[in-house]
Amino acid sequence: MDIGLFNYWLAIVIIMIGFYGVIARRNLLKQAIALGLFQTGVFLFYVTMGVYRSPDGVPGIAPVWTDAAKTGPFDNPLPHVLMLTAIVVSVSTLAVAVAIIVNIQRKYGTIEEDEILEADRLSGDR
Amino acid sequence: MHVELPEAIRAHLPVLVVILPLFGGLLSLFLGLLGSIMRGSGGLLAWLWSCLITGLTLICSASLLFDVHAGGPEVYRIGSWPEEYGIGYNVDALNAFVIFVVAMIGFLATVYAKDSVASEISKDRHHLFYAVWLLAICGLIGITVTGDTFNIYVLLEISSLTVYTLVALGGDRDRRALTASLKYLILGSIGATFILLGIGYLLMLTGTLNMADMHAQLVRMREAGELENNRTLFVSFAFLMVGLSLKMALFPLHLWLPRAYTYAPSAVSALVAATATKVGVYMTFRFVFTIYGGVYDSTLDLYLLALCACAGIVLSSLSAIRQTNVKKVLAYSSVGQIAYMVLGFSLANDAGVTASVIHIFNHALIKGGMFMAVGAVVLRVGGNRIEDFKGIGRKMPLTMAAFTVGGCGLIGVPMTAGFISKWYLVEAAMQRGYWFVAFIVLLGGLLALIYVWRLIEIIWFAQPDEPNKQIAEAPLTMLIPMWILIGASVVFGVDATWTAESAHAAAQLLLHGGP
Repeated sequence: MDIGLFNYWLAIVIIMIGFYGVIARRNLLKQAIALGLFQTGVFLFYVTMGVYRSPDGVPGIAPVWTDAAKTGPFDNPLPHVLMLTAIVVSVSTLAVAVAIIVNIQRKYGTIEEDEILEADRLSGDR
Repeated sequence: MHVELPEAIRAHLPVLVVILPLFGGLLSLFLGLLGSIMRGSGGLLAWLWSCLITGLTLICSASLLFDVHAGGPEVYRIGSWPEEYGIGYNVDALNAFVIFVVAMIGFLATVYAKDSVASEISKDRHHLFYAVWLLAICGLIGITVTGDTFNIYVLLEISSLTVYTLVALGGDRDRRALTASLKYLILGSIGATFILLGIGYLLMLTGTLNMADMHAQLVRMREAGELENNRTLFVSFAFLMVGLSLKMALFPLHLWLPRAYTYAPSAVSALVAATATKVGVYMTFRFVFTIYGGVYDSTLDLYLLALCACAGIVLSSLSAIRQTNVKKVLAYSSVGQIAYMVLGFSLANDAGVTASVIHIFNHALIKGGMFMAVGAVVLRVGGNRIEDFKGIGRKMPLTMAAFTVGGCGLIGVPMTAGFISKWYLVEAAMQRGYWFVAFIVLLGGLLALIYVWRLIEIIWFAQPDEPNKQIAEAPLTMLIPMWILIGASVVFGVDATWTAESAHAAAQLLLHGGP
């Protein structure tokens, strides 16, 4: 089945939803979640990039095991492998972000950006 | 600078400068455990260990720099895989120089960190601090040494995640460090993700991740006429430029920087201000010149960068004048100084790129030294507001003398390193006939004079609020690294032969692909 550029459009939509969330949400945890979504869109973009079809839609054949009936369709594994690393990076980023947010909650008693700014303003710029 | 190491080690230098801090950082955690068994000396043990590791890294990077100057570029294939398949570390005149700068600052900042960390971070976390610290240095050097674009992304995230953590550790002293760190994390991750997208488009186009191979493929495609109005190439360049500008805090995208530098622990400010954004500038060199050079017509983009840089120099200096917190003055001044580097390479001629590379080195010396001086005041006085600096020159003359000499470097007074950078920059602008740019550079110096003089006046001439309060001079572990950096900035301001030659070789390599 040929789905054309559908996946790329989807990747861009996910990226933009995440990006919007990071900018528009005032709750720090929601910003962190949106950041995760933003990065997930990029994963989809990379994974889609690895799909290999000839111009008339025939799937690729593995370069070593050339018996297509046994091996099934072949896609470029490199972008997929890259994304394994990127997923680890994304999870670590989220972990650091959540750890910082937990500490903010402890010190400020809130994770709403407006309330934090207000608290900083009241305590004066030292 | 001649360091003689055994041949068996010299062959592996490109990878050693990354592996030493990487494993050193991990082992530092076990040292902390050991220290807690020996009742609470984990911090000291971890500090000694970090000094050893960064010292060895510095020796390796000095030897690497010497080897590259003597024997030309080196390629190190990890696991002996050909570069098209595996990860290759490429060292040439440009990044050997930057690696040396990062390793040197890394070592000096580690020596400096002892007392500053002891007073600013709670005791049970010292060994964790040094573990993250070493990993940050590993990431920064790794970005500089690698010749693989995806590897750049991974190492960029290693350095960024560790720096976010280091900034957040300032939360022990001031809770605003936490919000500053989170803001840095969010903007930094957006930047890194844009870089990842840009690399993705390049991978789509060329089918390779190795920089040299990428460039070769792009040249081949251009000769075959496949790159006419190629939108993939254009989009990749756009994503990379936005991502890199965020990472190096180019003017309109600098919002994370002032707060992160201000509320971070003093030692972290010194390390990060002197290295992190410089490595961002280095990455931009690599992408703009090594990969897109001669393939993509970036005239318009460089013009845009130059415009941002000019605006950055003027507006961030104006912001620096208005600040009431000394660290924030220095942070805004950093935004302006980064704009000088961007301005240099966006002129894209020999003198401009030379100015850019030389300013990476000079500004690392000056800003590293100045943040160290402020850290010493934080240690002795307990704050970094302007009021805390009243008359401090009489109590801590050596520290404040270093601060003053560094300030002269920021202005660009002759006989300091800052003057050399500006000289090349103005020369580059003149060669291009951009009188406006030359004017902006001189105006930037004038504005720097205002914000530096404002501090110097308070430090040396104002009456302290409590004249009889005893304030001791900074300890030697702080004074020595500080004066090495500031002293070097004067030495290389008087005789710039070595830095100018290194920077010129790097510029030749970037613009013409060889010396």
